[in-house]
Amino acid sequence: MSGFLQQLINGLSIGSVYALMAVGYSLVYSIMNFSNFAHGGVIMIGSYIGFFAMTAFEMPFAAAFCTAALGTGLLAVLIERIAYSPLRKRNAPFLYFIISAMGVSIFLENIIIASPIGPTFRTYPRVFGAEPFVVAGVNIGRLDVMMFVISTISLIILVFIIEKTKTGMGIRASAYNLRASALMGVNTDRIILIVFGLGGLLAGIAGVLFGMKYTVYPQIGNITLKSFIAAVFGGLGSLPGAVIGSILLGIIETFTSGYLSSQFRDLIAFVLLIFILVVRPRGLMGKTTEEKA
Amino acid sequence: MDWFYIKGILILSGINLMAVLGLSLLTGFTGLFSFGHAGFMAIGAYVTAMGTVKLGLPFAAALLLGAAGAALASFFIGRITLNLKGDYFCIATLGFGEAIRLILDNVQYFGGARGWPNLPRSTNFTIVVILNIIGIIILANLINSRHGRNFKAIREEELASQTIGINVFRYKMTALMISAAYAGIGGGLLGHYLGFLQPKMFQFIKSTELTITVIFGGLGSISGSVIGALVLTSLPELLRTFAIWRLVVYGAAVVFIMISRPQGLMGGYEIPVGKIFKKLYYRLAGCIRGKQAVGGGKQ
Repeated sequence: MSGFLQQLINGLSIGSVYALMAVGYSLVYSIMNFSNFAHGGVIMIGSYIGFFAMTAFEMPFAAAFCTAALGTGLLAVLIERIAYSPLRKRNAPFLYFIISAMGVSIFLENIIIASPIGPTFRTYPRVFGAEPFVVAGVNIGRLDVMMFVISTISLIILVFIIEKTKTGMGIRASAYNLRASALMGVNTDRIILIVFGLGGLLAGIAGVLFGMKYTVYPQIGNITLKSFIAAVFGGLGSLPGAVIGSILLGIIETFTSGYLSSQFRDLIAFVLLIFILVVRPRGLMGKTTEEKA
Repeated sequence: MDWFYIKGILILSGINLMAVLGLSLLTGFTGLFSFGHAGFMAIGAYVTAMGTVKLGLPFAAALLLGAAGAALASFFIGRITLNLKGDYFCIATLGFGEAIRLILDNVQYFGGARGWPNLPRSTNFTIVVILNIIGIIILANLINSRHGRNFKAIREEELASQTIGINVFRYKMTALMISAAYAGIGGGLLGHYLGFLQPKMFQFIKSTELTITVIFGGLGSISGSVIGALVLTSLPELLRTFAIWRLVVYGAAVVFIMISRPQGLMGGYEIPVGKIFKKLYYRLAGCIRGKQAVGGGKQ
């Protein structure tokens, strides 16, 4: 029983970080209708910014954390301006966006490898202490708790922005229909920038948390494939769906590696993706999309 | 830069071209985007290797077996996913491509994640060139046939093609299976060129590379795909001295192409190979006839 609870808690903490990434993904998808494959690169950069802020610049954790989040927010906006905005102006089909995103992703990953930072694995300094909390015979790692808490707070702030502010209303309207909202006087160009900025902020946070949980290396962005699965699982373009999908995926993954074999962890994730796409392509809570003639 | 080195690059380009030709039919002519073609290459590679090593078949028969294996896999995948629209089809193929690789990682019969060494090195320059020429001729004839026009109709307007009586699902399936067979042959050639197979070789990034090549060459252009495969396979090799920076340049170049010339190099046009040959033929024939005429005058 305690083993079960242990796995559940691990799953929750991983799932909450997946949620941070999946929400960033889903936000962009809900408005632009394309899968932003550059998201992984942004997460990786966030992870590095946080690492170097803490080691090379000896910032305290909170400051490093904010630097990473702001840095990736800016980076995401910059990527939008350089790689997507020209396509958007031309009404290019979604595939061009995807290819462009992949170009960005290849670029980011390899510029880190080619730069003096290099392909080495780096470990974050320990911030939260090593000894776990013990609750009812279950060990709960301090880092796991912090991951869960930080992710939850970030998501709550995001939901507040989207549901309660005027900008948030613009985002919701644009997600519903980009062209109509532009006609109604929403500055969609600005909304898209804000959405990329928000996604970037979340990516930076996720990158730092992931770097702390595991290690920092140039391919860490590949982890976004998982958050992508989570987003599809929950329903592309739906934020609550992305969160639920991520948490479920995190739990399924930890249970698979705990009770079956860690070799099957990724396989199960992809099989789940295919299963969802076949049985219920719009995911748990996605909006139905019908192609119109 | 001796011939041996250049030959190696050309063989690799040819192998990539095989897979790219198939993807060109699917993406460029039928309008379906796949991010899982590395999976079909993997199936082709492993089935071909099984044919030569475990079953003792001749290389050609094993290649056919590999192509059939990939096509069969694509049939089942297509049955499930071809009804999905746009982005969802992409994601589904991505999932399948990765799933195939992860399954191969766990099949100890094929060496699992450690790989499968000591395959016979049967692939050589002549075989690659001949297979590519056959592949291009088949594809060109297919594209210019009635079926080819149906593929293009589906690409342009799926709903309209359905209403005028084209069986959209069947044609999509055909395109997928043919493209998978091409990828399978490419995979089979690759395994028997390197003499070594590992599931890691067929990662998601390989599928991306193939799609990028098709788009770089130009959607809906076979000659574009040929040029694309030659350029994009040899370019990183020629930039070897650049070493680690080449992929940085590659990534930036992809973005640059997308925002500056999204129609690709050829942009739906073909190099009129047939016409060029015809012109050459007539000119040669004209020359010979002219000479004869001159000779006749002398008599």
